[in-house]
Amino acid sequence: MTVEEKTKRLTDIMASFIGYTAIHLPDDIVLKLEELRDAEEDPAALSIYEMMFENMRLASELGRPSCQDTGLVQFRIECGSRFPLIHQLGDILQDAVLKATAETPLRPNAVEPFDEINTGNNTGTGAPALFWDIVPDGESCGIYTYLAGGGCSLPGHAMVLMPGDGYEGVMRFVMERITSYGLNACPPLLVGVGIAGSVETAALLSKQALLRPAGSHNPNEKAAAMEQLLEDGINAIGIGPQGLGGNSSVLGVNIEYSVRHTATIGVAVSFGCWTHRRGHIVFDSDLGFVTDTHSGFTCEQ
Amino acid sequence: MTETINGKTILTTPFTEEDIRALHVGDAVYISGDLVTGRDDVHIRVTEEGTDLPSDIRGKALMHAGPIVKGSAEDGYQMVAIGPTTSMRMEKLEYDFIRKTGARFIIGKGGMGEHTAAACREFGAVHCVLPAGNAVVTALCVEEINGVDWLDLGMPEAFWRISVRCLGPLIVSIDSSGRNLFEEKKKEYTVRKEEQLGRISRLL
Repeated sequence: MTVEEKTKRLTDIMASFIGYTAIHLPDDIVLKLEELRDAEEDPAALSIYEMMFENMRLASELGRPSCQDTGLVQFRIECGSRFPLIHQLGDILQDAVLKATAETPLRPNAVEPFDEINTGNNTGTGAPALFWDIVPDGESCGIYTYLAGGGCSLPGHAMVLMPGDGYEGVMRFVMERITSYGLNACPPLLVGVGIAGSVETAALLSKQALLRPAGSHNPNEKAAAMEQLLEDGINAIGIGPQGLGGNSSVLGVNIEYSVRHTATIGVAVSFGCWTHRRGHIVFDSDLGFVTDTHSGFTCEQ
Repeated sequence: MTETINGKTILTTPFTEEDIRALHVGDAVYISGDLVTGRDDVHIRVTEEGTDLPSDIRGKALMHAGPIVKGSAEDGYQMVAIGPTTSMRMEKLEYDFIRKTGARFIIGKGGMGEHTAAACREFGAVHCVLPAGNAVVTALCVEEINGVDWLDLGMPEAFWRISVRCLGPLIVSIDSSGRNLFEEKKKEYTVRKEEQLGRISRLL
């Protein structure tokens, strides 16, 4: 394949994958929702779960986006420095968003600040958002896709705590956000927590945490224990689907961290709604691909 | 008009004040008839900028929603996906919006606050929650897109006029007595949150 042919192939696969993730929820989220539904006892909450599963079925059957808010498209890229299309990848993802917007269709959500004009195609200044991670000497390229809806982006929050606030302060920060703003963000939510030295590092980690599967745990045992404490604590509040009450509240709590400054605890929380449109696809240098989030995805070329 | 079919309470537009005052927090109902969409920009245009809505919505339903629509004015529009958006964003403008437009039946996601509750009490209106993220189920309740105004605001923010059949379940979150289900729930959740934080701090 020439570079042009490869560029076209990668653009087509990514456009198709983005569209697919707007229609079909990732496997881990479907499993987790089944688990929560099966454990639910509140009749009103159960009837909401029934509607959610009926919607997933109809979205797949009719090939339509499961939620009308198909979000702002974001990518986290783990690109090998020797991946053949590394130089073209930014433009490829931009074109893939344009194509997916027209073909799926996705709702145009990108508004240019100051001009206050919806660009109509989900691209614009800094959009789609690209979070790059270059893997030295690697030949493959892993791409996480995320459709960041407005409803679950609204409760996002970051601040810097003092060391005296401790891990108790971190838990309070997360739980207060959930019992206020979180109710409106389409629970059961996936909760992403970032801990670092300042707001921006914590915020990026909180989004990265949302890209991990529901039910996964941080490899650090103490961080994993805190994930479990938070998950159990928030579930015991009984927020239920849509915030109207039920046995559980969250799909899970994922924590990611980096070092903090000795004088600070930067903390951030990002939320994923129940219709958590996350995807992960990994390309080899010949553009063969595998996805661990959507077992049903195929792409005829 | 309100009727009960197969155990479902179905309200049909135009809604009367009597229809609305009969609804109470926690009731689950369905609606049929005329519905318009209006969210942040429609509310700003009507209240802060003082522009009249392009059509009268008295007796109709207003949904906080930004749909995905295919087609064009010439060839006709088709509803692909529609569902409620976060109602709280409209809270600070909703009192004036209801006062000015006579809207009686507001549909959205999550709760609203004291401004909306005051308007529901004074003018005889309700706010209802439609379970969100169910955009295909909801789109299939849309019989027809009758037209669109203010498309300059972009597809999600425009004022879409549609007909629906048996849209629901719509769970009453603020009734015309001003009772507010989410504010009541929030108090319960806050108590339980403090219990849990206490329990966790003993484990740390």
